[in-house]
Amino acid sequence: MTVPNMYALVGVGLLCMGLYGLVMHSHLVRKILALNVSGSGVFLFLVALADQTPGPTPDPVPHAMVLTGIVVAVSATALALALACRIQQVNGTLRLSDNEPE
Amino acid sequence: MDNFANYGAFTLDAILALVLLTLAWLLLRSRDLFKAIVLFISFGLLMSLAWVRLKAIDIALAEAAIGAGLTGALFLSALGRIRQYSRKDRRQQKTSRPFRNRD
Amino acid sequence: MTTEFSKKLPEIMTRRSAESLLSRSGQAMTIIGVSLLALILGYSLWTLPPFSDRMVTLVSDNMAISGVENPVTAVLLNFRGYDTLLEIGVLLLAVVAVFSIAPSPALLATSPPSPMATLLLRLLLPFVVLVGGYILWVGSYAPGGAFQAGAVLAAGGILFTTVTARWHPLANKAIPFAMGAGLLIFVLVALATMMVTGNFLQYPETRAGMLILLIEAAATMSIAVILTLLFVGGEPGEISPAQGENKHTVSFNKENRSE
Repeated sequence: MTVPNMYALVGVGLLCMGLYGLVMHSHLVRKILALNVSGSGVFLFLVALADQTPGPTPDPVPHAMVLTGIVVAVSATALALALACRIQQVNGTLRLSDNEPE
Repeated sequence: MDNFANYGAFTLDAILALVLLTLAWLLLRSRDLFKAIVLFISFGLLMSLAWVRLKAIDIALAEAAIGAGLTGALFLSALGRIRQYSRKDRRQQKTSRPFRNRD
Repeated sequence: MTTEFSKKLPEIMTRRSAESLLSRSGQAMTIIGVSLLALILGYSLWTLPPFSDRMVTLVSDNMAISGVENPVTAVLLNFRGYDTLLEIGVLLLAVVAVFSIAPSPALLATSPPSPMATLLLRLLLPFVVLVGGYILWVGSYAPGGAFQAGAVLAAGGILFTTVTARWHPLANKAIPFAMGAGLLIFVLVALATMMVTGNFLQYPETRAGMLILLIEAAATMSIAVILTLLFVGGEPGEISPAQGENKHTVSFNKENRSE
């Protein structure tokens, strides 16, 4: 197994673990954490594939895309956390529940 | 000597990969939210190392500053705010209704 | 005994723990689904077609006319400049959305900062500004650029707001301009290049390096201010710490919740 393939597999593993955490947890902040983990996994996958191009330097186009992706991910996380704080203020709890409305 | 460097690089990559996966698993399964956020910050730091190994130095700089530093600070500040609000609620003796899952 | 267990099994499988949103059968199905996804992606990795270096040769062939020497900066700000323009727009949109959710929470420092923290601030902030400026400038020649520099400056801004927990009244007036300056200058440069060369965001080749540095400088300031405000988490300076945060809040519920 060549080195970039190993990081690509790690990226796949992180994506799947993040997806599982996103679906499973009921606390909203944990969902946001899981979403960030799976985002990092996707970026790892992209850059690992970019490193596999033949030649001395890796492909700079996926690097630029991942850079954009990191900045967009942090702004989405900030918005999600602001919404979560607001939900906590309004509803008193951050845990989703399955209770049917009476 | 070249073979030695190759083996060393492979070992470093293998250990980094294992630690990244373990950190992600621990952070998703930890009981305490504060511990999960601290694990997430260290996860970001190790991701920055992984970017350097993948020859993406610009991304390593950005991940160290934004991914580990800024996102970690965001999460910790949100955690503090959430705990502050829930303490205030308990002081005012509100009954916390579960959030209605409207699908 | 087995009949008792088989009677309890449906209950066990559908019972939900407090911290998870799924019952045990739901968790099992999710694990199976996620493992299937991992297997499919791993299989696709093993059967990838051989890589072509078309993009790499395209970029390296056109580096001479891009105006910079760092390929990632060339791709970000010259070849795919439109993506970066929209990314800065996304940042601005995110901070406006965070502003619209709630006014900023009361900054928590109730006592004046400790002298150690003030000393740390006084020692660190000049270096933060220096390092940020250097990373911005070196982005044309080596790894670096606007986003990294903006993030470092935002770290300095977060340090500042955490330690002093106070806003200068002039800062309040300057914040909207600082937030919008990056996008504004980017769009102005793009329109100016459209008037000169006829295509949106196509730099004239002799001026490309200078235009890229101009755009990056404005973007760095904008990104630093936006990321610091995202950390603060709301529109700054509208509230007094004593009253809490309900002065300007719009009530989202019909029932009157006292907050």
